[in-house]
Amino acid sequence: MAEPTCDIPIEHRLRELAPQVLGVIARRFGDFALAEDAVQEALIAAFTQWPREGVPGNPRGWLIQVACRRMTDQARSDIARREREAAVAREAATITPTVDIESDMDPDDTLILLFMCCHPALSPSSAIALTLRAVGGLTTAEIANAFLVPEATMAQRISRAKQGIQNSGVRFRLPSVEERAQRLPAVLHVLYLIFNEGYASSIGDRLQRLDLAREAIRLTRNTKVLLPDSPEVAGLLALMLLTDARRTTRTGPDEELIPLDKQDRTLWDRAEISEGIELLTAALSKGSVDLYQLQAAIAAVHDEAVRAEDTDWPQILALYELLRRVSPSPMVTLNHAIAAAMVHGPAQGLELLKALDTDPRLAGHYRLDAVRAHLLERIGDYEAAIKHYRIAAARTTSIPERNYLMTHAARLAGH
Amino acid sequence: MKYILMMTGKKSDFEGYAKWSKQDLQANVAFMRAFSKELKDSGAFVSTEGLGWPSEAKLVRAGKNGEPVTDGVFPESKEFLAGYWIIDVDSPEQAYKIAARASQAPGLGGKPANMPIEVRPVLGSHADLGL
Repeated sequence: MAEPTCDIPIEHRLRELAPQVLGVIARRFGDFALAEDAVQEALIAAFTQWPREGVPGNPRGWLIQVACRRMTDQARSDIARREREAAVAREAATITPTVDIESDMDPDDTLILLFMCCHPALSPSSAIALTLRAVGGLTTAEIANAFLVPEATMAQRISRAKQGIQNSGVRFRLPSVEERAQRLPAVLHVLYLIFNEGYASSIGDRLQRLDLAREAIRLTRNTKVLLPDSPEVAGLLALMLLTDARRTTRTGPDEELIPLDKQDRTLWDRAEISEGIELLTAALSKGSVDLYQLQAAIAAVHDEAVRAEDTDWPQILALYELLRRVSPSPMVTLNHAIAAAMVHGPAQGLELLKALDTDPRLAGHYRLDAVRAHLLERIGDYEAAIKHYRIAAARTTSIPERNYLMTHAARLAGH
Repeated sequence: MKYILMMTGKKSDFEGYAKWSKQDLQANVAFMRAFSKELKDSGAFVSTEGLGWPSEAKLVRAGKNGEPVTDGVFPESKEFLAGYWIIDVDSPEQAYKIAARASQAPGLGGKPANMPIEVRPVLGSHADLGL
């Protein structure tokens, strides 16, 4: 019987092996959807068996063998999924890897999978689920747990995602250089959404759930290995690291939100910050600027300020001005207004917010009211600030955020 | 984003429901089963429960020493929760579409009952990057 602590390296090894094994099976059998199920079953078999019986000498070969057998079984019979998994666990013990399939590995496989799973034909939630399973090597149960939905729901989402891929007629091959350039933003967007989900849900029962921010960083790191010359991938990884560095300090002991200017900066993760800055510097030296690189640059300016009052706001404002040109969006305009308020005073910030009042993309979004409330508070119009804090509190879907906004309104009301 | 879809009705609606014909009831039950399957198949399903009827409802307050003080007398106009679905979808529009589907459940005579479905976001401990 293995020690429970042995489960951690097994889990991590399986996650790294999963896309490699899937690549081999998908190419060999020419059916991505079935191959993906077979690899998932092989992973679950490994989960049950390896901790008990030890990791086989050739883990990749073992997984390939089990998945291959699943593919053959699948073709022959139609027994229920649960039964099959149990059968895999029993059979797998007798399997010995053969050399020919094992050596059939293509380093591009993971990249092919990534571009397939982040196909623009899929809805964001489907692409996220499939990427985490097929490329991330996570089990359906783990993904379901991370999103707090039943396992059956997540399984259904994954099977629909695969259906979507099938319908769109994508083949298991590496997209051409032009296609890759065209579709890279969709891949980066999915990785970004996974990180954002992890970052967003890191408040509260963090330890009970799979850490999606870590998984996003891992997947983006792997993507960077596959696309080493892409400044876009490097920029996204930098953004993740420079943001993640502050993750543990943004909530207090009672899960209350702590804004950037009140965080204990000595607790920020220095290793992540220096790695992020190094990546970003290298990416920017290649001459291009995109959304993620600019967001990373802004995060870096915050990270480099020893105290909140040392923050180089003129630099942040300049970066937001650039961002408005490179990738305009109402959220960017909103953040730009905050930076302008820090440099030129709250009145100017409020003036800039007016442009957003008629933007349908931000209509009813709490953040516009929250920012307006902060700026109104700074110019001393407490009555209006209270009103907007309360509107924002009613509109947010986050409990910690609502508490934060309500507390601000209450503090001013008692002024 | 998760949403709760709540089906509510007055006491008289529940009493009326109890008097439906076998055929109408069967049509309604079949619809609800199919609806539940649709939700599960689409990967949006989180949970659902049907609740006991208003006749079983009790209003509870704590008394002076914290003991429960119950009351079962409700005004006739009060709306009672009949049941709910929690779904996880990409946009509020998708939630509204699913709610409209629930509202089509057949009522008396097999015609869509057009029950109002209250849709509200489920709050989480979310606070995202806001980029």
